Amino acid sequence: MSDTSFVRTEMLAEQDPPPTSVGVIGWLRANLFPNWWNAVLTVLCLAAIWYVLSGLLGWTLRSVWTAGSLSECREVMIATWGSTHGHACWGVINDRWLQLLFGFYPPELYYRPILALLLLIAALAPVLFADKVSPRFLYVTAAYPFLMPWLMWGGSIWTPVGVAAGFAVAYLVGRAPRGAVPGLVLGILSAIVWWMAWFGFPVQAEVLAAGLGEGLAAISPDTAPFWLETVESRKFGGFMLSVMIGVVAIGCSLPLGILLALGRQSNMLIVKAICVGFIEFIRGVPLITLLFVASTLLNIFLPPGTNFDIILRVMIMVTLFAAAYMAEVIRGGLAGLPTGQYEGADSLGLNYWQAQRLIIMPQALKISIPGIVSTFIGIFKDTTLVSIIALLDPLGLSNSIRADTDWNGIYWELFAFIALLFFIACFGMSRYSMYLERKLKTEND
Amino acid sequence: MAESIHDTVVEREIDRRKMRVSDEVAVQITGMNKWFGMFHVLRDIDLTVHKGERIVICGPSGSGKSTLIRCINRLEEHQTGQIIVEGTELTSDLKNIDKIRSEVGMCFQHFNLFPHLTILENCTLAPIWVRKIPKREAEETAMHFLEKVKIPEQAEKYPGQLSGGQQQRVAIARSLCMRPRIMLFDEPTSALDPEMIKEVLDTMIELAEEGMTMLCVTHEMGFARQVANRVIFMDDGQIVEQNEPEEFFNNPKSDRTKLFLSQILGH
Ligand SMILES: Nc1ncnc2c1ncn2[C@@H]1O[C@H](COP(=O)(O)OP(=O)(O)O)[C@@H](O)[C@H]1O
Ligand SMILES: [Mg+2]
Repeated sequence: MSDTSFVRTEMLAEQDPPPTSVGVIGWLRANLFPNWWNAVLTVLCLAAIWYVLSGLLGWTLRSVWTAGSLSECREVMIATWGSTHGHACWGVINDRWLQLLFGFYPPELYYRPILALLLLIAALAPVLFADKVSPRFLYVTAAYPFLMPWLMWGGSIWTPVGVAAGFAVAYLVGRAPRGAVPGLVLGILSAIVWWMAWFGFPVQAEVLAAGLGEGLAAISPDTAPFWLETVESRKFGGFMLSVMIGVVAIGCSLPLGILLALGRQSNMLIVKAICVGFIEFIRGVPLITLLFVASTLLNIFLPPGTNFDIILRVMIMVTLFAAAYMAEVIRGGLAGLPTGQYEGADSLGLNYWQAQRLIIMPQALKISIPGIVSTFIGIFKDTTLVSIIALLDPLGLSNSIRADTDWNGIYWELFAFIALLFFIACFGMSRYSMYLERKLKTEND
Repeated sequence: MAESIHDTVVEREIDRRKMRVSDEVAVQITGMNKWFGMFHVLRDIDLTVHKGERIVICGPSGSGKSTLIRCINRLEEHQTGQIIVEGTELTSDLKNIDKIRSEVGMCFQHFNLFPHLTILENCTLAPIWVRKIPKREAEETAMHFLEKVKIPEQAEKYPGQLSGGQQQRVAIARSLCMRPRIMLFDEPTSALDPEMIKEVLDTMIELAEEGMTMLCVTHEMGFARQVANRVIFMDDGQIVEQNEPEEFFNNPKSDRTKLFLSQILGH
């Protein structure tokens, strides 16, 4: 008989693991020095990191903070360290940081972009943190697309009111007929008619005031709270301009991308062909080409004499560009959904738009979050390309700062500062995307 | 044969008081044909379903059973012939399709619950958006049906946290929340482990006991014997034989039916 039977008579007590496998020593052993070969690599890596950091930190920290020009900077460096090599001259940032942030926006009106930024935060909060922020802030979100241009460019408040009213008209008229397509067509038509009436006959304020009664008649359309000093587009610049273009492109490209992705999947042949054609064309063309089209070619197609704002044109182009990429990212998410989800929605009698909004998109967008945020980050950084068509984004401004004899020849400090600004924004987006993914993951599985 | 066949025995006494077939017609299919591309998947289907009928459809894999019941709520489009559901003919008119879909409940092999919504939200979604019922009322109805399928305590969970049998019962409750007049089942138990099949079958039996009109594609022959009033055998896209369960199982007429029954019942 073989000796395989065994009965434990005494149970073993729990013991601590050996000290070499836990704690600091254990961690070091496991991760940095598991064998002699890895130990050599670890030491080499640490040496390389030290070499890079010591140079970089030395340059960053042993630097000149107050100077009115590059030559002044150099004098200070010679006086302090005996050489100009390896020292940053942050004096240029000290001198020009407002310009890098705001471009040539009139300094006495800086409060307007700042207010726009604060409102942006209030408008984004209920969207980004829906579970923590009161949904009442959604009113700010709804008003923001009309408030922001007014704050930035100024002019009469009746302009944004008229634009917003056009959307309201489109919504109300579009609801009237039965069916999605006639509603859409009627809605768009009525909005166009409304805008033509509103902006074609610039008497709106008087008409409105008369319509609303005695009290309002006193309001003149060009006095303080109803009229802001206008700021021309060519004064816009700096990080402010990048954020403006980026926010508009990001905000508009997502819904547009969703529609394009759905259109691409549609079994209506013409809709599908238009969407595929659009996506493939835009993705096949460099953004710079589109920006040149925006800055020069578009004038050829527009009726002569129309004054179509250059920033608006650039925003439209960047949005279209982003939307094409967004459409493909979302299409990937749609492809990841099992057909059972469509069948489940259909079998309950949900119509196409209900199924998309309630069942398909929430899941497809969730799958696509990493891709969507990558596209956002890419687009935000691509806004620096507008310097090519002479808009003064931070990179464009760095050129014009160097054109000043005071700062002729300064590069790295400006680029480092601009890079830092972009890094903060992009890193924030990336972190948010990870937060969102984690939240949605724990939420439903 | 690909599909798993279980002959789960229905143990309890079935209450037949409300199981009454009426003269009213629920579904009328005449001369219906369907092709997938060049493939003639359903051929000359004629089928009349009366209110209160419990029909079991069986047949080998690929014979068109799923396609047939999916035509009834237009998940698949038929090309010729006529399908009339509750007096409304299925045409390409989207209004009619959505109306019929809201009156015909359907349960799938893989449940098709919405994983991003809680069980309760799964059940209230369609009543709120399609029937325009106030949220509070929809939630009450949903809880009523979740109690009926015996999982009210799971209402706040997400589908991924439930077992297969529980998910299928939620799917049944979700359909019932629309107060359907007809229920379609497409192999509701064939993705389930044996111990979960019984709980789903029990739910379906209770539904039958309340007089629901049901069309079930299933290979649960115990269910067919005791609950169905008619068994339909399909092969090659055609209805080959239909009869009362007793006759169908004990005295099949067609050779194809005999072969099929001998394969699945193992004698
Ligand atoms: N969407 C489809 N496109 C093409 N062929 C299909 C499609 N769905 C099913 N079929 C084919 O139609 C036949 C019947 O399918 P189905 O109704 O699912 O059979 P059953 O449910 O009886 O197993 C099968 O041969 C299947 O391959
Ligand atoms: Mg099938």
